[in-house]
Amino acid sequence: MNGGDEVAAAPAGPPQSLDWKFSQVFGERTAGEEVQEVDIISAIEFDKTGDHLATGDRGGRVVLFERTDTKDHGVPRRDLERMEYPIGRHPEFRYKTEFQSHEPEFDYLKSLEIEEKINKIRWCQTANGALFLLSTNDKTIKFWKVQEKKVKKISDMNLDPSKAVGNGSIASSSTPKHCLANGGSPDRSYNYLGNDFSFPPGGLPSLRLPVVVTSQETNLVARCRRVYAHAHDYHINSVSNNSDGETFISADDLRINLWNLEISNQSFNIVDVKPANMEDLTEVITSAEFHPTHCNTLAYSSSKGSIRVIDLRQSALCDSHAKLFEEPEAPGSRSFFTEIIASISDIKFARDGRYILSRDYMTLKLWDINMDSGPVATFQVHEYLRPKLCDLYENDSIFDKFECCLSGDGLRVATGSYSNLFRVFGCAPGSTEATTLEASKNPMRQVQTPSRPSRSLSSITRVVRRGAENPGVDANGNAFDFTTKLLHLAWHPTENSIACAAANSLYMYYA
Amino acid sequence: MAMIDEPLYPIAVLIDELKNEDIQLRLNSIRKLSTIARALGEERTRKELIPFLSENNDDDDEVLLAMAEELGVFIPYVGGVEHANVLLPPLETLCIVEETCVRDKAVESLCRIGAQMREQDLVEFFIPLLKRLAAGEWFTARVSSCGLFHIAYPSAPEALKTELRTLYGQLCQDDMPMVRRSAATNLGKFAATVEAPHLKVDIMSMFDDLTHDDQDSVRLLAVEGCAALGKLLEPQDCVAHILPVIVNFSQDKSWRVRYMVANQLYELCEAVGPEPTRSDLVPAYVRLLRDNEAEVRIAAAGKVTKFCRILNSELAIQNILPCVKELSTDSSQHVRSALASVIMGMAPILGKDATIEQLLPIFLSLLKDEFPDVRLNIISKLDQVNQVIGIDLLSQSLLPAIVELAEDRHWRVRLAIIEYIPLLASQLGVGFFDDKLGALCMQWLKDKVYSIRDAAANNVKRLAEEFGPDWAMQHIVPQVLDMINNPHYLYRMTILHAVSLLAPVMGKDITCSKLLPVVINASKDRVPNIKFNVAKVLQSLIPIVDQSVVEKTIRPCLVELSEDPDVDVRYFATQALQSSDQQMMMSS
Repeated sequence: MNGGDEVAAAPAGPPQSLDWKFSQVFGERTAGEEVQEVDIISAIEFDKTGDHLATGDRGGRVVLFERTDTKDHGVPRRDLERMEYPIGRHPEFRYKTEFQSHEPEFDYLKSLEIEEKINKIRWCQTANGALFLLSTNDKTIKFWKVQEKKVKKISDMNLDPSKAVGNGSIASSSTPKHCLANGGSPDRSYNYLGNDFSFPPGGLPSLRLPVVVTSQETNLVARCRRVYAHAHDYHINSVSNNSDGETFISADDLRINLWNLEISNQSFNIVDVKPANMEDLTEVITSAEFHPTHCNTLAYSSSKGSIRVIDLRQSALCDSHAKLFEEPEAPGSRSFFTEIIASISDIKFARDGRYILSRDYMTLKLWDINMDSGPVATFQVHEYLRPKLCDLYENDSIFDKFECCLSGDGLRVATGSYSNLFRVFGCAPGSTEATTLEASKNPMRQVQTPSRPSRSLSSITRVVRRGAENPGVDANGNAFDFTTKLLHLAWHPTENSIACAAANSLYMYYA
Repeated sequence: MAMIDEPLYPIAVLIDELKNEDIQLRLNSIRKLSTIARALGEERTRKELIPFLSENNDDDDEVLLAMAEELGVFIPYVGGVEHANVLLPPLETLCIVEETCVRDKAVESLCRIGAQMREQDLVEFFIPLLKRLAAGEWFTARVSSCGLFHIAYPSAPEALKTELRTLYGQLCQDDMPMVRRSAATNLGKFAATVEAPHLKVDIMSMFDDLTHDDQDSVRLLAVEGCAALGKLLEPQDCVAHILPVIVNFSQDKSWRVRYMVANQLYELCEAVGPEPTRSDLVPAYVRLLRDNEAEVRIAAAGKVTKFCRILNSELAIQNILPCVKELSTDSSQHVRSALASVIMGMAPILGKDATIEQLLPIFLSLLKDEFPDVRLNIISKLDQVNQVIGIDLLSQSLLPAIVELAEDRHWRVRLAIIEYIPLLASQLGVGFFDDKLGALCMQWLKDKVYSIRDAAANNVKRLAEEFGPDWAMQHIVPQVLDMINNPHYLYRMTILHAVSLLAPVMGKDITCSKLLPVVINASKDRVPNIKFNVAKVLQSLIPIVDQSVVEKTIRPCLVELSEDPDVDVRYFATQALQSSDQQMMMSS
């Protein structure tokens, strides 16, 4: 469970580099197939046990996958949680279900279109075999319950439906509302069943209850349980559950709100960075997450590259932070892009809550929550792009928001890059592990070591070119593709398995 | 398909609709479950209906909620208390669903049934159910189990009692915070059924666990437990075990826990008794009044009067009054507002001298607060301070405050002060009122906002009630009637409304001599809205005046209006005439 302990317990030296292998792909593109905008994956999240995986896309859909290699219906859930999975097997998933979470909307008051794109998905506590999750687009958070229901058929009614149809209601062959057919208005029929209607003491033998036949067939039903709306003036970038199991936060550019899962018409503003005059605005919130175990601690990142940790115990409105993590700017290195690339696109707590991983445009940084002087480790993700920042700025790629993730044991971190590449770094003390993988069926095709960036640059030349619109070729003839960016990825909570999204395809790897 | 006799048809429909596709119809059937049960008879209800409900528990929450509620009162339909146990299985499954309100209702119904069950049935059926839930695989079952212990425990044999206490102890340490919260919430109820020796050992150790929980949400529920447990313990045990916990909680790192302490303070003081309150809780309370978090100060400020009532005036003046002074200039308007709403109650506790010396300056500063709510809260409780120091001392500062509120930009503020005018009038007395406030009351009748004019008309009536018709005849009626000549029809309408309100208070003589002529005159108005309002007012005057006046004055006027070119005027005039006809028939 505890990643930190495992680091300490690791015997001699850093752990071995992992050998990543392709496991599965969902929604793989065939050659030449155009990617539909609505199919592009915009969120990935494993649940706490790692038995389920959810993805959200720009079309507002949520797709659920379930793990197949450990599924054992005979074992109670509690035992499953304690059980160590046998080594040698790697997680395999299969499509479970999907549902339309959000629809495009129009805010008539502000004349604004609200996209249906899913920005974040978070799993909630499972109960009664049903899965629960939160999904959000720019404005509205929804709480979903996904449950298997046995298909039931009703037979043997008191009234013959075919006969009852004749009683005056309009029979519709498409809707099976045959019971409504008992003469049209049910209210009327109750009325002459007044209190004075006396039943014989033994009851009426001719009446019987409907017989429900339960078949073995099951149906997965997704139901929206609650909608948390109208609490955000700006775009929601994060939602995060609290360890208390009853509250969660939602963060937009300027504010963070605290909700109770059961109450959808009320939320509390806990952070507000909106200045009195919007012209004084220098910094926005880019991501926020609760501490995995401390119910009162939450962290949020900003566009200026700082991470603030706040303590909810201190005050109702936590505008003053408890801890600030930022890296002092190296003297003399300032350029036009310094501020833009400093912006943090994602933060994640490690599972034990001791470390925070942050991703800015060029680097991954690992912070010790007990050390606010600077990051304990910095990983260059794609240093070879530094000379090209100007191009990246011009085509807006510099504003791409890459996510990051940590392994369950806290020994490794991963994040995405361009050309459908993603990188895995070892963050245990002394580890030099740095692997580059491509989201394809052959992930290790281009192994690149950070010490030879120029070499690797030429090797990242597998480009999916679509027409002439893609100017991914630099002056040296080296090409990399800005349009195939790998923004979203997630690490399995207990195993070395990564799920990542390349446009509309979900690739899974294991080691 | 069965053939159903005609009289059974509706009940047959009701039964069929238990499984209808339409949720509204299913809900309807579930709400009439008792009718279905009566139709089936007790035996078939036990053998068929209840098992049927147990199996069909995957319905929508609304239906499940209704089912949980109906089953709670179902004992008569299954054949009385000796068969009550058949109701447990469907409720048990409802205790496990994930929707909190359904679970809560199922627990409530189980408690209701359990309270009526025979002792041997409790042991045979209820306690095993409780144990199953408490050991449930899903947290939802364990959450529900916490609310059932207090029903099961008293009937359990000794060995089982020990087991139940152990079980509750485990729930207090459950992995899931939801379960621990439920255990904390229900601890007081359970403790009340536990024997004194176990209370001091077992329950207190559970309580101890909960007060040290990592989750703030659990700890703050334990605060409520303090008051409940305190009342069960011997005074000396309470001081030894509960008091330190309260003092600790009042310094908890989490403002939400401190807020709970501030909110529960009075109950906590009651639990520990007056002496320890004075010695230990006064410093704790003073800390809360000076808390960093405004929310905590708001809760604490709101309790200042109740708390001072437990103390003697000396302690209150020495310890609490300085804090109150600080709070009256607090940076948060909500703190000042909370203080303003209760501070008047301190006057009787402090006595006249201290009130004049210490409290009066605070009142006065709050009366000048920039935030209207604060001023309103002071004014709304004026009667309390009047009893102690008399209005003379206050009136000097009161008047400007009232006038300012009366002219506030926000109509809601103006509305609020109008509501208090009759109270103020009774406190200030006729003389003062005439001089200073009379003009304001007339001014409101001409407000731009309808709600204010409406409230003003009502206010005029209440003043007439307060000071009597003679006074009203002198100070209100002439001024009001003057305004009937206002060029704007909306204001004329307000006056008509005021007239209809004043008439019952003023009596028939004044109504006939002063009010009626004005109304009759208004029937010649050029605006149809005024005319049909005249018809309405006349209708309301009919019961007040003599029959002869109706015949001579009101009816002719109504007849004329009933021939008006405007359709609405004709309609209301006809209505009034009809009601006058009825009146005549009744009296003749």
